[in-house]
Amino acid sequence: MKRQGWAAVGFLTPNLIGFLIFTLGPVLVAAGLSFYRYQLASGLAPDFTGLANFVELVGFDQIDGEWKARDPYFWQYLGNTLFLMLNIPFSMAGALVLAVLLNKEMRGRIVFRTFFFIPHLCHGVAIFMVWKMVFTFEPNVGVINGMLWGFYKFIGLSADQAAGLLPGWLIDKNWAKPAFIIMFVWASAGGFNMILYLAGLQNIPPELYEAAEIDGAGWWARLRYVTVPQLAPTTFFIFVTSVIGGLQGGFEAAYIMTGGGPEGSTTTMSYYIYTQAYDRLEIGYAATISMVLFGLIFPLTMINWRYGGKRLEAA
Amino acid sequence: MAEEREGLDLDEGRGRGPRRDQAGAATYILLLFLLSGMILPLLWTLLTSFKYNVDVTLGWIPERWTLDNYVGVVEAFSFLRYYLNSLLIACVVMAVQVATSVMAAYAFARLEFRGRDLVFVGYLATMMIPSDVLMIPQFVLMKKIPEWLNLTFGTDAFSGFVYFRQHYVGRIVGLDSFFALIAPGCFSAYGTFMLRQFLLGISHEIEEAAYIDGCSPWGVFRYVILPLSKPALAALAIFTFLGRWRAFLWPLIMTDSDSMMVLSVGLAKLSDLYTNNYGLICAGTVLMLIPMIAVFVLCQRWFISGIQLGSVKG
Repeated sequence: MKRQGWAAVGFLTPNLIGFLIFTLGPVLVAAGLSFYRYQLASGLAPDFTGLANFVELVGFDQIDGEWKARDPYFWQYLGNTLFLMLNIPFSMAGALVLAVLLNKEMRGRIVFRTFFFIPHLCHGVAIFMVWKMVFTFEPNVGVINGMLWGFYKFIGLSADQAAGLLPGWLIDKNWAKPAFIIMFVWASAGGFNMILYLAGLQNIPPELYEAAEIDGAGWWARLRYVTVPQLAPTTFFIFVTSVIGGLQGGFEAAYIMTGGGPEGSTTTMSYYIYTQAYDRLEIGYAATISMVLFGLIFPLTMINWRYGGKRLEAA
Repeated sequence: MAEEREGLDLDEGRGRGPRRDQAGAATYILLLFLLSGMILPLLWTLLTSFKYNVDVTLGWIPERWTLDNYVGVVEAFSFLRYYLNSLLIACVVMAVQVATSVMAAYAFARLEFRGRDLVFVGYLATMMIPSDVLMIPQFVLMKKIPEWLNLTFGTDAFSGFVYFRQHYVGRIVGLDSFFALIAPGCFSAYGTFMLRQFLLGISHEIEEAAYIDGCSPWGVFRYVILPLSKPALAALAIFTFLGRWRAFLWPLIMTDSDSMMVLSVGLAKLSDLYTNNYGLICAGTVLMLIPMIAVFVLCQRWFISGIQLGSVKG
């Protein structure tokens, strides 16, 4: 055992050093920084202010009998983040449909699966640049408005009417969020979630379908009463991980496509952290926002670890 | 016919054959319809990259094909430099991360030592921490590290610049250095966790035989564990490469100079400067996507089995 102890030290050391410097150290420092006023640009040393950052971030003041948020941006951006998470049910439904369709005996399954996975694979700056162009307002450039324009013409609207009915995807604050949701659904329906659903479908005992068939269950009944309940652990896992990802997400897409606008309608929590930390160099305040975000995510992670992984494994 | 394809498909459950309905014409039509929706934006991008900018508004298929956009994107920017930076960073991080992860995973999965479970729980616990939290102190660290090192060693060597054959290759440490772009990615709790999961599944018998034959822990690692864990190593390598290739926020806040930019950051700058030059932007986008798609198509089997490995928490 002694010999293994020293061997273990050797195997573990490289990773452990990096882990201490780049993960464990920063976690502790971040927790500490959230109690300090630390403006990196000012050149001043961090100044301990206790809970002041947290009060500033989530606190309310009573002014003339009305409750006003100290930092209204925080609440707006939290709302944006939650709103954009509406893509999750659509993405999951899409992933399930794709998985059920691909789980059949057919030629070209792998080709289909590969192509469906590509949007998720490419998710990142390049894809956001593509969608920025796809959502261009002018119908002779923007693919989506181009199609809508063609449709309006087809049903006989005049050019003026048709132009009035085109959504201003990334330039109208009411359309920017739906545009993002469409893009997120596109990017994630065929991704990890579809692969996990496919794996889940493989694990459903064939006897269940045979029994259902003997009972005279049709296509829909089998989906409703066998497939969906049997996939419940997978669904649970995908849902919780998507919510965790959604709370942290949205920075890159908004940075590339809208700069957080119009009127802050696509700024998420992670974008707010970016602005505070790396634009304004308000390190202490940014650390506070990140700790609040962590606080929102923590219970979800706990639930997932307690129930999600185990149930997925058992399935 | 079905059996042959099953053999290629590593992700399918082993043992009990899955039950599958035969796909009818309706399934095919539905799949093709969904597929076209998925592919349309990418197809538009590919086609537009071959168009003269004045032709962009004239329908999907270019009337005159041109490679000008590709020439333009390479000439107008330090595009090749961005490409090289991204490639270098992705490859180094991939190699080092896989090496450090598999060694730590071996210690956690196969060696007995005091405090093992405690340290591993520490690793697991940090996996739930959002990257936004970690990045702020890492940013401060990188900003301050040259200063601290200079103070500690009483020199000013650590704030110097590095040149390679007259090409600026960043500072030694801190902001705008390859150190900052590479080092934090080299150590991954996730990679360690994923490989540990895999190693736990390897049978103990071969390992015990090797010990009886007088192998050291290192020998067992080198001649038994490593060869057996190739598929998992490949999966982690692919994940890491793709993750670094597309990384955006960290390189964005770490670079000051044009020559240290990576492809994703350079591309974002391109789209800012040439908002209406759709052909040029599309060409840049295509050049960024090609390596990702190539790696995925060539390494799909490992990639997909890796997804399942990483999603089961023990």
